[in-house]
Amino acid sequence: MKAPAFDYARATSVAHAIALLAEHGERAKVLSGGQSLMPAMNLRLLAPDLIVDIGALDELRGIKTQGDVLSIGALTRHVDLQHSGEVAAHAPLLKESITHVAHPAIRNRGTIGGSLAHADPASELPACAIALNATIVVRGPQGERRIPAEEFFLGIYETALSLEELLTSVEVPLPPPHSQHYFCEFARRHGDYAIVGLAAQAVVKNGRLTDLRPVFFGVGDKAEHVQVPALLNTEVTRETLSEALQGLEQALDPPEDQQASRAMRFHLAKVLLARCVAALLSSPDLAAGASA
Amino acid sequence: MTAPQAIALQVNGERVEAHVLPRINLADFLREHLKLTGTHVGCEHGVCGACTVRVNGEIVRSCLMLAVQANEAVVETIEGLSDSGEISDLQEAFRARNALQCGYCTPAMLITAQELLKVEAEPDRDQIREHLSGNYCRCTGYQAIVDAVEATAKARKNKAPRNRDAGRAP
Repeated sequence: MKAPAFDYARATSVAHAIALLAEHGERAKVLSGGQSLMPAMNLRLLAPDLIVDIGALDELRGIKTQGDVLSIGALTRHVDLQHSGEVAAHAPLLKESITHVAHPAIRNRGTIGGSLAHADPASELPACAIALNATIVVRGPQGERRIPAEEFFLGIYETALSLEELLTSVEVPLPPPHSQHYFCEFARRHGDYAIVGLAAQAVVKNGRLTDLRPVFFGVGDKAEHVQVPALLNTEVTRETLSEALQGLEQALDPPEDQQASRAMRFHLAKVLLARCVAALLSSPDLAAGASA
Repeated sequence: MTAPQAIALQVNGERVEAHVLPRINLADFLREHLKLTGTHVGCEHGVCGACTVRVNGEIVRSCLMLAVQANEAVVETIEGLSDSGEISDLQEAFRARNALQCGYCTPAMLITAQELLKVEAEPDRDQIREHLSGNYCRCTGYQAIVDAVEATAKARKNKAPRNRDAGRAP
């Protein structure tokens, strides 16, 4: 199908965009790369009265290191993240995850700000933002707010953004020494939304995890950061890992849908966490028996 | 503001000025307004890849881009790539290997494959499949398409040194 009729405004500045959003409230939708909004409009799942196109706001584009954070403008496209030397150096988790986001033609248009503001529970970038302990920077009529990624995602397509606020950038803290990451997802076909996925950021010292932030996606209303204290600062054995995997049954509440049953999602989540810990500790034995 | 918007862009090397409704996507603008029907419309929500065109040198889904967003952009369609001869060897390889049957996906397949061949001189079959993964073909089973792209990559690679040799000949 084709999108229903709407009014169109090309924002000339962030302030202009915010003024339009403040004026039109629920009637308006922000158009960034359009790779989620346009399908939703073409399928008539969304029918905004006004599209506020922020595509010309160059101030929202770009990747730079500022002090101890990597600052990524909201309009930075997936392909820019994929090929950025700074992202590769400071947030390799993001670089790796991007190869799982749809396909090249989509990655040439889709933006990080759009993906985060859209908050699809099965998409990769919200999980990465939480795993990386990123801060989401938004601007509204009252000024700027800085929201930890952990508190930004509230539910299916639901975030802490108010109607008159615009997501302007994402700040990723530069990783401490000995940082490592893990990313893997199960999907029916490459580029599809994940049935279950896992993004994790960790610190590994002398064969032990001193920090681990595993964030699952595709398993609920939003990306889920799972706490695994039993795996930290200790020598992980198959027994301790097994207990941590069992803990996922309480920590996650996966849905059943046409792609997978609840039991299958629990199983895949356990497989991913086992593989993640095994990979981070370079101990393939830990993942033995965890077959998908 | 639902009124038509003025846009100016370059399509296949020609300057185009038009007034379009905001809801018109780039695929429909190319097909209906400019009668460039080589760009095909399949699913209209970014899954099938049949509407792939180049915007500012990069492949995009023209069903997921509004025509008003293409203001001041440089757009290239299969008609442009075909007429310039840029992909004539790739087209010939598709023909020779039966990499098309109904032809619906073919223009977008060619544009997508060409993007890969521009950055990767000798992609392996996995890379080819990965790059074409967003383009559906319901006829061929993809094998022949991957064959054609692989063969074109090899032929282009072999062609380059021969040309240099030819230049040295008396």
